[in-house]
Amino acid sequence: MSKVIVVTSGKGGVGKTTSSAAFAAGLASKGHKTAVIDFDVGLRNLDLIMGVERRVVYDFVNVINGESTLKQALIKDKRVENLYILPASQTRDKDALNKEGVESVINELKADGFDYIVCDSPAGIEKGAFMALYFADEAIVVTNPEVSSVRDSDRILGILQSRSKVAEEGGTVKEHLLITRYSPERVEGGDMLSKEDIQEILSIPLLGVIPESGSVLQASNSGNPVIMDKESQAGQAYMDVVSRFLGEDIPLRFVESEEKKGFFKKLFG
Amino acid sequence: MGLFSFFKKEKKKNTASLAKERLQILIAHEHSDTSTAAPDYLPKLQEELIGVIRKYVKVDDNAVNVKLEKGDNFDVLELNITLPENN
Repeated sequence: MSKVIVVTSGKGGVGKTTSSAAFAAGLASKGHKTAVIDFDVGLRNLDLIMGVERRVVYDFVNVINGESTLKQALIKDKRVENLYILPASQTRDKDALNKEGVESVINELKADGFDYIVCDSPAGIEKGAFMALYFADEAIVVTNPEVSSVRDSDRILGILQSRSKVAEEGGTVKEHLLITRYSPERVEGGDMLSKEDIQEILSIPLLGVIPESGSVLQASNSGNPVIMDKESQAGQAYMDVVSRFLGEDIPLRFVESEEKKGFFKKLFG
Repeated sequence: MGLFSFFKKEKKKNTASLAKERLQILIAHEHSDTSTAAPDYLPKLQEELIGVIRKYVKVDDNAVNVKLEKGDNFDVLELNITLPENN
Protein backbone atom coordinates (compact mmCIF):
# COMPACT_ATOMS: atom_id res chain seq x y z
CA MET A 1 0.00 0.00 0.00
CA SER A 2 1.56 3.30 -1.01
CA LYS A 3 1.37 6.37 1.15
CA VAL A 4 1.17 10.01 0.14
CA ILE A 5 2.94 12.37 2.53
CA VAL A 6 2.82 16.14 2.23
CA VAL A 7 5.64 18.25 3.63
CA THR A 8 4.04 21.57 4.43
CA SER A 9 4.29 24.60 6.73
CA GLY A 10 2.33 27.59 5.52
CA LYS A 11 5.30 29.86 6.10
CA GLY A 12 8.13 30.06 3.59
CA GLY A 13 11.79 29.46 4.29
CA VAL A 14 11.35 27.10 7.22
CA GLY A 15 12.91 24.09 5.48
CA LYS A 16 10.18 22.31 3.53
CA THR A 17 12.32 21.52 0.50
CA THR A 18 15.38 20.62 2.58
CA SER A 19 13.18 18.33 4.67
CA SER A 20 11.42 16.81 1.64
CA ALA A 21 14.76 16.03 0.00
CA ALA A 22 16.23 14.56 3.18
CA PHE A 23 13.12 12.59 4.10
CA ALA A 24 12.64 11.11 0.63
CA ALA A 25 16.33 10.19 0.34
CA GLY A 26 16.17 8.60 3.79
CA LEU A 27 13.11 6.51 2.95
CA ALA A 28 14.74 5.37 -0.28
CA SER A 29 18.03 4.53 1.43
CA LYS A 30 16.06 2.23 3.72
CA GLY A 31 14.87 0.30 0.70
CA HIS A 32 11.49 1.93 0.01
CA LYS A 33 10.69 3.00 -3.52
CA THR A 34 10.12 6.73 -3.12
CA ALA A 35 9.10 9.59 -5.38
CA VAL A 36 9.40 13.21 -4.31
CA ILE A 37 7.28 15.75 -6.19
CA ASP A 38 7.94 19.49 -6.30
CA PHE A 39 4.57 21.31 -6.16
CA ASP A 40 6.12 24.79 -6.25
CA VAL A 41 5.13 25.61 -9.82
CA GLY A 42 6.96 28.70 -11.06
CA LEU A 43 9.56 28.56 -8.28
CA ARG A 44 11.12 25.15 -8.79
CA ASN A 45 13.90 24.41 -6.30
CA LEU A 46 13.76 20.78 -5.23
CA ASP A 47 15.85 19.86 -8.30
CA LEU A 48 18.59 22.24 -7.12
CA ILE A 49 18.57 21.02 -3.52
CA MET A 50 18.79 17.45 -4.80
CA GLY A 51 21.51 18.29 -7.31
CA VAL A 52 19.60 17.14 -10.40
CA GLU A 53 18.92 20.58 -11.93
CA ARG A 54 20.87 19.76 -15.09
CA ARG A 55 18.91 16.59 -15.70
CA VAL A 56 15.46 18.18 -15.88
CA VAL A 57 13.92 17.60 -19.30
CA TYR A 58 10.21 17.27 -18.61
CA ASP A 59 8.30 18.33 -15.51
CA PHE A 60 5.14 17.74 -13.47
CA VAL A 61 3.00 20.05 -15.63
CA ASN A 62 4.24 18.41 -18.85
CA VAL A 63 3.00 15.08 -17.50
CA ILE A 64 -0.38 16.53 -16.47
CA ASN A 65 -0.81 18.11 -19.92
CA GLY A 66 0.16 14.90 -21.68
CA GLU A 67 3.28 16.48 -23.21
CA SER A 68 5.44 13.75 -21.75
CA THR A 69 4.99 10.45 -19.98
CA LEU A 70 5.56 10.17 -16.24
CA LYS A 71 8.51 7.88 -16.93
CA GLN A 72 10.16 10.56 -19.11
CA ALA A 73 9.75 13.23 -16.44
CA LEU A 74 10.86 11.23 -13.39
CA ILE A 75 14.56 11.71 -12.62
CA LYS A 76 16.20 8.66 -11.12
CA ASP A 77 18.67 9.60 -8.42
CA LYS A 78 22.23 8.41 -9.10
CA ARG A 79 23.32 8.25 -5.46
CA VAL A 80 20.39 6.53 -3.78
CA GLU A 81 18.67 3.47 -5.17
CA ASN A 82 14.82 3.64 -5.26
CA LEU A 83 14.72 7.45 -5.29
CA TYR A 84 12.94 9.43 -8.01
CA ILE A 85 12.37 13.15 -8.38
CA LEU A 86 9.52 14.83 -10.26
CA PRO A 87 10.46 18.49 -10.79
CA ALA A 88 7.98 21.38 -10.85
CA SER A 89 7.37 23.40 -13.95
CA GLN A 90 8.71 26.94 -14.30
CA THR A 91 5.52 28.13 -15.98
CA ARG A 92 3.86 31.29 -14.71
CA ASP A 93 0.41 29.79 -15.29
CA LYS A 94 -1.18 29.68 -11.84
CA ASP A 95 -3.74 27.10 -12.92
CA ALA A 96 -1.19 24.64 -14.26
CA LEU A 97 -2.06 22.18 -11.51
CA ASN A 98 -5.55 20.76 -11.17
CA LYS A 99 -7.04 18.03 -9.00
CA GLU A 100 -7.65 15.61 -11.86
CA GLY A 101 -4.12 15.96 -13.23
CA VAL A 102 -2.43 15.64 -9.85
CA GLU A 103 -4.59 12.65 -8.97
CA SER A 104 -3.74 10.87 -12.21
CA VAL A 105 0.01 11.33 -11.59
CA ILE A 106 -0.29 10.09 -8.00
CA ASN A 107 -2.35 7.09 -9.10
CA GLU A 108 0.19 6.24 -11.77
CA LEU A 109 3.00 6.36 -9.20
CA LYS A 110 0.97 4.09 -6.92
CA ALA A 111 0.39 1.67 -9.79
CA ASP A 112 4.13 1.72 -10.55
CA GLY A 113 4.78 0.30 -7.09
CA PHE A 114 6.01 3.40 -5.28
CA ASP A 115 5.84 2.88 -1.50
CA TYR A 116 6.03 6.56 -0.62
CA ILE A 117 5.06 9.67 -2.55
CA VAL A 118 6.45 12.78 -0.86
CA CYS A 119 4.78 16.06 -1.87
CA ASP A 120 6.97 19.13 -1.34
CA SER A 121 4.47 21.95 -0.83
CA PRO A 122 5.05 25.58 -1.77
CA ALA A 123 4.64 28.22 0.93
CA GLY A 124 1.33 29.98 1.39
CA ILE A 125 -2.22 28.65 1.29
CA GLU A 126 -2.91 29.13 -2.39
CA LYS A 127 -3.51 26.62 -5.14
CA GLY A 128 -0.09 24.94 -5.18
CA ALA A 129 -0.12 24.35 -1.43
CA PHE A 130 -3.71 23.12 -1.61
CA MET A 131 -2.87 20.68 -4.43
CA ALA A 132 0.13 19.36 -2.49
CA LEU A 133 -1.96 18.54 0.57
CA TYR A 134 -5.22 17.49 -1.07
CA PHE A 135 -4.28 13.84 -1.69
CA ALA A 136 -2.18 13.37 1.45
CA ASP A 137 -2.63 10.46 3.84
CA GLU A 138 -0.11 11.94 6.25
CA ALA A 139 1.43 15.36 6.74
CA ILE A 140 4.80 16.50 8.03
CA VAL A 141 4.38 20.04 9.31
CA VAL A 142 7.75 21.80 9.29
CA THR A 143 7.94 24.46 12.00
CA ASN A 144 10.67 26.81 13.19
CA PRO A 145 10.76 27.79 16.88
CA GLU A 146 9.49 31.25 16.04
CA VAL A 147 6.05 32.88 16.43
CA SER A 148 5.08 33.41 12.79
CA SER A 149 6.05 29.89 11.80
CA VAL A 150 4.06 28.33 14.66
CA ARG A 151 1.00 30.40 13.82
CA ASP A 152 1.18 29.47 10.13
CA SER A 153 1.59 25.80 11.03
CA ASP A 154 -1.61 26.01 13.03
CA ARG A 155 -3.35 27.57 10.02
CA ILE A 156 -2.16 24.86 7.66
CA LEU A 157 -3.24 22.14 10.13
CA GLY A 158 -6.75 23.60 10.05
CA ILE A 159 -6.78 23.52 6.25
CA LEU A 160 -5.41 19.98 6.23
CA GLN A 161 -8.20 18.69 8.45
CA SER A 162 -10.99 20.49 6.63
CA ARG A 163 -10.10 20.65 2.94
CA SER A 164 -8.01 17.58 2.12
CA LYS A 165 -9.58 14.61 0.35
CA VAL A 166 -9.26 12.43 3.44
CA ALA A 167 -11.01 15.13 5.51
CA GLU A 168 -13.76 15.55 2.92
CA GLU A 169 -14.42 11.82 3.20
CA GLY A 170 -14.73 12.12 6.98
CA GLY A 171 -11.25 10.88 7.86
CA THR A 172 -8.22 12.48 9.49
CA VAL A 173 -4.84 13.18 7.93
CA LYS A 174 -2.14 11.81 10.23
CA GLU A 175 -0.06 14.73 11.49
CA HIS A 176 3.64 14.86 12.34
CA LEU A 177 5.46 17.85 13.79
CA LEU A 178 9.00 18.42 12.51
CA ILE A 179 10.85 21.24 14.24
CA THR A 180 13.78 22.58 12.27
CA ARG A 181 16.51 25.17 12.95
CA TYR A 182 16.37 24.33 16.65
CA SER A 183 19.02 25.80 18.88
CA PRO A 184 19.19 24.11 22.31
CA GLU A 185 21.48 26.87 23.61
CA ARG A 186 18.96 29.58 22.80
CA VAL A 187 16.09 27.52 24.23
CA GLU A 188 18.01 27.07 27.47
CA GLY A 189 18.84 30.79 27.43
CA GLY A 190 15.12 31.50 27.34
CA ASP A 191 14.88 33.32 24.04
CA MET A 192 13.64 30.50 21.82
CA LEU A 193 10.42 28.50 22.04
CA SER A 194 11.17 24.98 23.27
CA LYS A 195 10.00 21.81 21.54
CA GLU A 196 7.58 21.32 24.44
CA ASP A 197 6.16 24.83 23.96
CA ILE A 198 5.58 24.26 20.25
CA GLN A 199 4.04 20.86 20.82
CA GLU A 200 1.74 22.26 23.49
CA ILE A 201 0.54 25.03 21.19
CA LEU A 202 0.03 22.87 18.09
CA SER A 203 -0.88 19.67 19.98
CA ILE A 204 0.30 17.22 17.34
CA PRO A 205 2.80 14.37 17.80
CA LEU A 206 6.48 15.28 17.47
CA LEU A 207 8.32 13.39 14.73
CA GLY A 208 11.69 15.00 15.20
CA VAL A 209 13.86 18.00 15.93
CA ILE A 210 16.56 19.12 13.50
CA PRO A 211 19.23 21.31 15.09
CA GLU A 212 20.35 24.54 13.44
CA SER A 213 23.41 23.41 11.55
CA GLY A 214 25.86 24.79 9.03
CA SER A 215 25.81 21.45 7.26
CA VAL A 216 22.33 22.20 5.86
CA LEU A 217 23.71 25.13 3.84
CA GLN A 218 26.76 23.10 2.82
CA ALA A 219 24.46 20.31 1.62
CA SER A 220 22.31 22.63 -0.45
CA ASN A 221 25.42 24.36 -1.83
CA SER A 222 26.61 21.03 -3.16
CA GLY A 223 23.21 19.62 -4.15
CA ASN A 224 23.25 16.68 -1.77
CA PRO A 225 20.33 15.93 0.53
CA VAL A 226 21.68 16.71 4.03
CA ILE A 227 20.67 13.25 5.26
CA MET A 228 23.57 11.86 3.21
CA ASP A 229 26.00 13.79 5.39
CA LYS A 230 26.21 11.13 8.07
CA GLU A 231 28.77 13.11 10.07
CA SER A 232 26.50 16.11 10.62
CA GLN A 233 23.99 16.44 13.45
CA ALA A 234 21.29 17.59 11.02
CA GLY A 235 21.89 14.57 8.79
CA GLN A 236 21.70 12.19 11.74
CA ALA A 237 18.60 13.91 13.11
CA TYR A 238 16.89 13.51 9.71
CA MET A 239 17.80 9.82 9.64
CA ASP A 240 16.22 9.47 13.10
CA VAL A 241 13.09 11.17 11.71
CA VAL A 242 12.88 8.61 8.90
CA SER A 243 13.37 5.71 11.33
CA ARG A 244 10.71 7.08 13.67
CA PHE A 245 8.34 7.57 10.74
CA LEU A 246 8.87 3.91 9.86
CA GLY A 247 7.87 2.91 13.36
CA GLU A 248 11.16 2.64 15.24
CA ASP A 249 11.30 3.98 18.77
CA ILE A 250 14.31 6.31 18.81
CA PRO A 251 15.04 8.97 21.43
CA LEU A 252 15.57 12.59 20.37
CA ARG A 253 19.17 13.69 19.87
CA PHE A 254 20.84 17.11 19.72
CA VAL A 255 18.12 18.78 21.79
CA GLU A 256 20.37 19.73 24.69
CA SER A 257 23.26 22.15 24.68
CA GLU A 258 26.79 20.89 25.27
CA GLU A 259 26.82 22.96 28.45
CA LYS A 260 23.76 21.24 29.88
CA LYS A 261 24.97 17.82 28.83
CA GLY A 262 28.21 18.54 30.67
CA PHE A 263 26.30 19.54 33.74
CA PHE A 264 24.30 16.33 33.82
CA LYS A 265 27.40 14.30 33.17
CA LYS A 266 29.00 15.94 36.18
CA LEU A 267 25.92 15.23 38.23
CA PHE A 268 25.33 11.61 37.28
CA GLY A 269 28.44 10.55 35.37
CA MET B 1 30.19 41.10 35.03
CA GLY B 2 28.38 38.41 36.99
CA LEU B 3 25.57 40.77 37.79
CA PHE B 4 25.44 41.97 34.22
CA SER B 5 25.12 38.48 32.76
CA PHE B 6 22.51 37.64 35.39
CA PHE B 7 20.29 40.49 34.23
CA LYS B 8 20.94 39.68 30.59
CA LYS B 9 19.79 36.12 31.12
CA GLU B 10 16.71 37.24 33.05
CA LYS B 11 15.70 39.51 30.20
CA LYS B 12 16.11 36.73 27.63
CA LYS B 13 14.09 34.27 29.66
CA ASN B 14 11.05 36.41 29.18
CA THR B 15 10.97 36.43 25.40
CA ALA B 16 10.29 32.70 24.84
CA SER B 17 7.55 32.58 27.45
CA LEU B 18 6.14 35.82 26.07
CA ALA B 19 6.11 34.24 22.61
CA LYS B 20 4.29 31.19 23.94
CA GLU B 21 1.72 33.26 25.78
CA ARG B 22 1.03 35.47 22.76
CA LEU B 23 0.68 32.45 20.49
CA GLN B 24 -1.69 30.63 22.83
CA ILE B 25 -3.99 33.64 23.06
CA LEU B 26 -3.85 34.32 19.32
CA ILE B 27 -4.47 30.72 18.27
CA ALA B 28 -7.33 30.26 20.73
CA HIS B 29 -8.87 33.41 19.28
CA GLU B 30 -8.38 32.29 15.68
CA HIS B 31 -9.94 28.91 16.44
CA SER B 32 -13.02 30.46 18.05
CA ASP B 33 -13.33 32.80 15.07
CA THR B 34 -13.69 29.95 12.62
CA SER B 35 -16.23 28.20 14.84
CA THR B 36 -18.56 31.19 14.87
CA ALA B 37 -18.09 32.01 11.22
CA ALA B 38 -18.30 28.54 9.73
CA PRO B 39 -21.79 27.07 10.05
CA ASP B 40 -24.22 29.17 8.02
CA TYR B 41 -27.03 26.66 8.54
CA LEU B 42 -27.33 27.48 12.25
CA PRO B 43 -30.07 30.16 12.06
CA LYS B 44 -32.27 27.92 9.93
CA LEU B 45 -31.64 24.97 12.22
CA GLN B 46 -32.61 27.10 15.20
CA GLU B 47 -35.81 28.24 13.50
CA GLU B 48 -36.88 24.71 12.62
CA LEU B 49 -36.04 23.41 16.08
CA ILE B 50 -38.29 26.03 17.64
CA GLY B 51 -41.07 24.85 15.33
CA VAL B 52 -40.64 21.24 16.43
CA ILE B 53 -40.47 22.08 20.13
CA ARG B 54 -43.57 24.30 19.86
CA LYS B 55 -45.58 21.26 18.81
CA TYR B 56 -45.20 20.04 22.39
CA VAL B 57 -44.20 22.95 24.63
CA LYS B 58 -44.98 26.65 24.46
CA VAL B 59 -41.59 28.36 24.22
CA ASP B 60 -40.38 31.85 23.34
CA ASP B 61 -38.58 32.72 20.11
CA ASN B 62 -35.30 33.02 21.96
CA ALA B 63 -35.76 29.89 24.08
CA VAL B 64 -33.63 27.76 21.78
CA ASN B 65 -29.93 28.43 21.55
CA VAL B 66 -27.79 26.56 19.02
CA LYS B 67 -24.01 26.66 19.12
CA LEU B 68 -21.27 24.79 17.30
CA GLU B 69 -17.94 24.31 19.02
CA LYS B 70 -14.91 22.93 17.26
CA GLY B 71 -12.88 20.42 19.25
CA ASP B 72 -9.60 18.66 18.47
CA ASN B 73 -11.09 15.42 17.21
CA PHE B 74 -14.77 16.29 16.87
CA ASP B 75 -17.17 19.22 16.78
CA VAL B 76 -19.89 19.66 19.37
CA LEU B 77 -23.35 20.92 18.45
CA GLU B 78 -24.70 22.44 21.62
CA LEU B 79 -28.46 22.82 22.01
CA ASN B 80 -29.79 24.90 24.84
CA ILE B 81 -33.56 24.92 25.30
CA THR B 82 -35.06 27.01 28.05
CA LEU B 83 -38.45 25.70 29.13
CA PRO B 84 -40.99 28.15 30.53
CA GLU B 85 -41.58 28.15 34.27
CA ASN B 86 -44.52 26.24 35.81
CA ASN B 87 -44.37 23.57 33.21
